[in-house]
Amino acid sequence: MNIQISRRDALFGSGALVVSFSLTSALDQATAQAATKPVALTEVDSFLAIDKSGKVTVYSGKVDLGTGVYTALQQIVADELDVPMSRIEMIQGDTLLTPDQGKTWASITIQIGGMQLRQAAAAAHASLVDEAAKKIGIPASELTVADGVISGGGKKVTYAELIGGKSFSIKLDPKQPVKEKDPKDYKLVGKPVARLDIPDKLTGKFTYMQDFRVPGMLHGRVVRPPAIGARLEAVDESSIKDVPGIIKVVRDGDFLGVVAANEWAAICGARELKATWSKAETLPDQAKLWDYVRATKVVKDEVTSNVGNTAEAMGKDDAKTLKATYDFAIHTHGSIGPSCAVAEFKDGKLTSWSASQATHALRGQLAQMFALAPENVRCIYVDGAGCYGRNGHEDAAADAALLAKAVGKPVRAQWSRADEHGWDPKGPPTLIDLRAAMDAAGNVTAWESEFFVPQAGPGLDVPLTAATLAGMPQLPVPFPGNIHQDSAIPYKFASVKTIVRRLETTPFRPSWIRTPGRMQNTYANECFVDELAAAAGVDPLDFRLIYLDPADKRGIELLQRLAQLANWQKRPSPQKSASGSVAKGRGMSYVKYELVRTYVGVVAEVEVDRSTGEIRVPKFYVAHDCGQIINPDGLRNQIEGCVVQTVSRTLIEELEFNRSQVTSLDWDSYPILKFPQVPEIVIDLIDRPAEKPWGAGEPAASVTPSAISNAVFDATGARLRSIPYTPTKVKAAMPGS
Amino acid sequence: MAKLKPLNVNGKRVSVKYDDPQMPLLYALRDDLGLHGPRFGCGLGQCGACTVHIDGVAVRSCITPLATVEAKQKIVTLEGLARGTKLHPLQQAFIDEQAAQCGYCINGMVMQAADLLAKNKKPSEADIKNALANNLCRCGTHVRIVRAVKRAAAA
Repeated sequence: MNIQISRRDALFGSGALVVSFSLTSALDQATAQAATKPVALTEVDSFLAIDKSGKVTVYSGKVDLGTGVYTALQQIVADELDVPMSRIEMIQGDTLLTPDQGKTWASITIQIGGMQLRQAAAAAHASLVDEAAKKIGIPASELTVADGVISGGGKKVTYAELIGGKSFSIKLDPKQPVKEKDPKDYKLVGKPVARLDIPDKLTGKFTYMQDFRVPGMLHGRVVRPPAIGARLEAVDESSIKDVPGIIKVVRDGDFLGVVAANEWAAICGARELKATWSKAETLPDQAKLWDYVRATKVVKDEVTSNVGNTAEAMGKDDAKTLKATYDFAIHTHGSIGPSCAVAEFKDGKLTSWSASQATHALRGQLAQMFALAPENVRCIYVDGAGCYGRNGHEDAAADAALLAKAVGKPVRAQWSRADEHGWDPKGPPTLIDLRAAMDAAGNVTAWESEFFVPQAGPGLDVPLTAATLAGMPQLPVPFPGNIHQDSAIPYKFASVKTIVRRLETTPFRPSWIRTPGRMQNTYANECFVDELAAAAGVDPLDFRLIYLDPADKRGIELLQRLAQLANWQKRPSPQKSASGSVAKGRGMSYVKYELVRTYVGVVAEVEVDRSTGEIRVPKFYVAHDCGQIINPDGLRNQIEGCVVQTVSRTLIEELEFNRSQVTSLDWDSYPILKFPQVPEIVIDLIDRPAEKPWGAGEPAASVTPSAISNAVFDATGARLRSIPYTPTKVKAAMPGS
Repeated sequence: MAKLKPLNVNGKRVSVKYDDPQMPLLYALRDDLGLHGPRFGCGLGQCGACTVHIDGVAVRSCITPLATVEAKQKIVTLEGLARGTKLHPLQQAFIDEQAAQCGYCINGMVMQAADLLAKNKKPSEADIKNALANNLCRCGTHVRIVRAVKRAAAA
């Protein structure tokens, strides 16, 4: 990367340094770090630059993890700034250049990150028009703007002429938002603009993190312990003396790795290196996982909703009470490309290239680990395989850095499949107890729930495995728990009490996997709602409509559109005509995400083979309202992905382990959904151009497990309460079994 | 001392360096020839991300030892699928259907589907799904991938 810095005059304010660069040439880090291109969220220059040729550079702290936001964010900026998309270049997740907009997680890239960019573009646009008014000599209100050209009174001036190469020097204040365009004037927002990255992904031109190389780079592989918590007792370096290309065996505490001149040598070296480890059995017996979770100490209770007096309602003589326990297995991210990173130490500074969803947070972690000032660490995002949360990318970055430091040269650390399946942090096991009471007329009088979820530490970063193994410093108690949202429910029952019971510990290093917490919470809630509807003998759609807040018009409209889309026939579950070897049924689920944003309703159609217990999901219907749609095709792509990935998690996926380590270390032992099992997906997008855009990368996933569970109940009368829904569990749940 | 092995890759005669004849073809293609199409996904032949064609047949390059590939055999990667500037109908169809999310698996999907279409010009939906059953996608792009293969078959 060739970063050229020059002092230029500011157009509208004080002078500032502006950085321009080309992604294709070599990095000139020393020069670059002398730059003062702002990265504060309060500066337009942090987000946008326009050069003398009129090229617009967008600096985004949010990154495209394969979701299409690289394109969608540019649609937002292009529309707000009145420039063609072809004139935009976007830099993502570079701690030197992009603002810290937080991690790319939680379905907030468009909702928050995109709106920060829209504000910056609107502020830039307004200033450019004001400046043009002065230059042309007619009022701003009489000017028109198109394609970066401002016209009026027969005169015109381009953005490049007004600002080219200079800084805007405009402050942004979220409390005093700049006026944005009227949505009716959008030309790109709301349109299915083709993704900018896809052609290169189809021709092999695209550079993934796994393809990324720097001059003089060596290849590293880690050798993880055979048991979590095992200590490294001895290493026999002579065991790989005959492997050509080995450069160094790197040992630091319990961290072990091999650096070699080429990748295959590193692979062979890591595979053949003889090391002696102590025994360690830190994990619970998998067969008794739920007993373990239930026995784990509760360190804190969080009451997430409390209406009326549930205890009193449950205790009434005529109360019909129901209770159920749901559990949700430990899942792995399962990225198709194992994690990879490159690191280089030079002049006391660390540069780290990785596919991290959180380069700014990673910078803090790496700075702590190597006792460097954060400004001496630069983390740069390079697209990787989809990660769906915090998988192993950050750990690979720490591995690469540790190896690079040990050999004094840039090192690429590429994880194996077993490293990825075995050592990425996991979605924690979740247990949910639910209770409810109904009166004689079938009205729900009480709803109580307890969610057994790992506690969250003060930091929301996952510990770096290399730092843990090497005993290097880490930020205090980073320990992400799981998310409490959607433990509270959208239904107005007479009394409600929902509690998140925070557990002291959980078997594996926990992290977030697509729809963390909200998936497990919504799963239990929407299954239990279906249980109540069945107990009351009421159609599941009607049941939801009875208890939804009548003022929540969007939620009600969504369910009505879902019913129409799925041709929902009103009747209570289970269906009566249950005969034949294959039972068919349909199930519904609904979420108002975190009770404040995206609405999703789904209907799953399932087929259950009574003799084998196998579930097929031939069809899924989705009604989706995330407000203003930026790119409807990108949105559909995300919804489809949510459904397919979550059908896989619901039906198949479960981490396997013994007392020492993960044992499901490949795709045979941790299978995921394959083509023949993938459902047809029918989607109804509700576009609301005048509303705020909300997230869409997760919400449709949150309702998928419950819809399947409810459909299996509808088909067979078997209530599934333990994910994954394996044939063995299905057969055991069948009535009469 | 590294040895040299002649190969025919994307219509060109090249030679690749190796120490170990058991080194999988994937590493020669990626690390020696600098190709980005074939991808490392599992090294076990389970996911399909590394798929290339050898004499027109889709193979998993991550478990194909270099020693088993002969110089006369024609290796084609994603980079060699287009005819000049004209994309292979599958590449065009995947673009037209926007059939990618992260795209890491897409090399394998295209290469495997090209193998299918060479043998079966008018595959049914079930044919396509069965042909791709051992190619894994984690983003859940399957419905689009099937649509893209159908589109290419109709092109």
